[in-house]
Amino acid sequence: MNELWIVNGRLIDPSQGIDSPTNLRIVDGVVADLGRISPPAGLSSDQLIDAAGKVVSPGFIDIHVHLRQPGYEEKETIATGTRAAAAGGFTSVCAMPNTKPTVDTRGDVEFVLGIARRESPIRVYTTGTITKGQKGEELSELGEMAEAGAVAFTDDGHVVENPNLMRYALEYSRMLGKPVAQHCEDPELVADGFMHEGRISALLGLRGIPAASEESIVARDIALCRLTGGHVHFQHVSTAGSVELIQAAKTEGLPVTAEVTPHHLLLTEDWVAGGKWASPTVLEKWGRIATVPYDTNTRVAPPLRSEQDVDALVSALRGGVFDAIATDHAPHTIVDKQCEYGMAASGISGLETALGAMMLLVHRGDLALDTMIRYLTVEPARAMKLPGGTLRTGSPADVTIFDPDREWIVDPKNFISMGKNSPLAGVALRGKVTATIVGGNLVFNAD
Amino acid sequence: MAETVGGAYSKPEIAGEIPLDQVAREPFHRQHVLDLDDFSAGEILRVLDTADIMKEILRRPIKKVPTLRGKTVVTLFYEASTRTRVSFETAAKNLGADTVSVAATTSSVSKGESLVDTLCTLQALGADAVVMRHSYSGAPYLASRIIKGSVINAGDGWHAHPTQGLLDVYTVRNKMGRVSGLKVVILGDVLHSRVARSAIWAMTKLGAEVTVCGPATLLPSWWVQTAAQNGGLVMPGLRLSCDLDRTVEGADVVMALRLQMERMQAGLLPSTREYVRMFQLNSARMSRAKSEALVMHPGPMNEGIEIAPDVAHGDQSVVEEQVSNGVAIRMALLYLLIGPNVNVPVEGERR
Repeated sequence: MNELWIVNGRLIDPSQGIDSPTNLRIVDGVVADLGRISPPAGLSSDQLIDAAGKVVSPGFIDIHVHLRQPGYEEKETIATGTRAAAAGGFTSVCAMPNTKPTVDTRGDVEFVLGIARRESPIRVYTTGTITKGQKGEELSELGEMAEAGAVAFTDDGHVVENPNLMRYALEYSRMLGKPVAQHCEDPELVADGFMHEGRISALLGLRGIPAASEESIVARDIALCRLTGGHVHFQHVSTAGSVELIQAAKTEGLPVTAEVTPHHLLLTEDWVAGGKWASPTVLEKWGRIATVPYDTNTRVAPPLRSEQDVDALVSALRGGVFDAIATDHAPHTIVDKQCEYGMAASGISGLETALGAMMLLVHRGDLALDTMIRYLTVEPARAMKLPGGTLRTGSPADVTIFDPDREWIVDPKNFISMGKNSPLAGVALRGKVTATIVGGNLVFNAD
Repeated sequence: MAETVGGAYSKPEIAGEIPLDQVAREPFHRQHVLDLDDFSAGEILRVLDTADIMKEILRRPIKKVPTLRGKTVVTLFYEASTRTRVSFETAAKNLGADTVSVAATTSSVSKGESLVDTLCTLQALGADAVVMRHSYSGAPYLASRIIKGSVINAGDGWHAHPTQGLLDVYTVRNKMGRVSGLKVVILGDVLHSRVARSAIWAMTKLGAEVTVCGPATLLPSWWVQTAAQNGGLVMPGLRLSCDLDRTVEGADVVMALRLQMERMQAGLLPSTREYVRMFQLNSARMSRAKSEALVMHPGPMNEGIEIAPDVAHGDQSVVEEQVSNGVAIRMALLYLLIGPNVNVPVEGERR
């Protein structure tokens, strides 16, 4: 019998409504008991974790990461990306299918899951494409991929532009019981846009991406959801208008879910300008904006939006409009980013800064700690129909332990991820993962 | 101090009622000139006063001085340009610098070399100043992080063309004797115009009241909406209008911008004919402006489209003067950036 105790921590498990000093006993990779229980004498040091001063949470679940393998191993591999995830406190991740080749078939799904089984310290789920090659022309073999273990379908990186095809995808995936996750950006409205269209794009002379490029697709897909009854999941929602649409759809009782990223919850369009024209309220929050003008690490799709959008997203997260905090971890090489803003790849390496970034909102008083944990654990599990997200007795022992007050300065050189592309470089964060446990095994330990 | 533009914004306080073009000159401590947004009025005046001296050199029979002898100025152009490149090269040569010209089509750029590698090569070759034209907004900021000498932005995407903005405001000051309080109209394709973005900063910092005017599809939509909510005001010193006839009323300066033909193909305008009818700067419209008003254009002009030929070449046009002032301004900037003793008060600093 393999036993592990986590003692003296503040256990927060929103799935059970627990937020109290609670000890946790894990036996053979499963939560055996929790409460005011005392460990027996004579445990060896690797059977006892003292979590005094720390928060003990169900393992974080990130439903949106790019592991880049196969095809872009210069950016990230399943081995490096999952280790980065473990360091960020994530015990489960959903890989996006925009690899090379894209994940279109049973064989592609099995390939990704096979590598993950051999090389990943954490649980890896994969998604499959909605359309073959993400070309938006014909449906991928959704049924076979579902059988092979694909948990959802997405053309992430591209929207399914053809509304008829999106309708068919929803009807077909409803039959399979899987969500269809949409990257909401109308390509005609995005055109060659590089950043949020608004106050800052007008001054920087960068072609803008209007909020309407996202909202028009969200509105359309809500209508298609109503038509088909298929589950639409909205990825990386970034605008106040999208929030209103999703909230209304949920009130109506439609099967929609939505995620939001730490960067869209925190960073504004001002970061693209290096803070040049930041408002007093933004400056008050940050003191100093850590980026330089035209910093390509701020380029991301959808783009960093206005202060009003960011405020609306945070308030929506508090108000239960979202189902998940997801990183959209998008690692890139230095070459992909050290270039003209308009030529830079879009994306932010986010796994290792996610907790610290979210804790900024908690420390500012904008978000309750247990709310943050809810949307990193039980809610994403429910949205994507994944196991985990709870420390109920009998559950797999996936646990994240973090120090909510540990201060550190983001230095991408120290990332485990191969993607060093972070706009938070140089930013002081408060809150750091100290241990990650998957199925009772310690897969990351900072102390 | 960071200024918030377009939203809550406070104009920098100027002591008393001194017109902005008579404030104290400030020393010039810049390594690069990438943009005019962070120039103070005093810094702009320092450049303009220095240009006055350069203009005096240009009037000499032998218009060459050895001030920058031994310095190398590289012009790195990723876009076609005649007047800006020749202007910079002439300016550098007048000051005795060596010039090296790198064009994207003939260099290893066409072999796929990245901007960063090209800049590292120029850095290794020992460029004292790199004058850079690039089709992507912000590219000079990247250059400024690599080049240890000076980077001068000679136009980047839609973003900025600082030397054009300076020569525009210099031309206005020379002709009108002041900039403060003048009513300036910038007309045409403002959305895609780096010239407009730099002229706006240069003019408003010296106290002009600028109005951008053009079809709504060629103005930044944020400005259009802000103006609609604020009675035409975009930010202090900057207004917006789509009604040219009313906008030119009483104007002191009207600057027409080049209309790129590709805007038509992109569907931003219904037809050239309609644009000409609604937004061409013609003599009837100029007659609504002040009688001594200036007509400006950054060139090259599409005569008969954004500007009528008789206006382009009429008595009020200062288009050629803009070009010759460009050399003086660029000499001034090169001198201030890589010349000796740049912060010793210069002759001509009287006001």
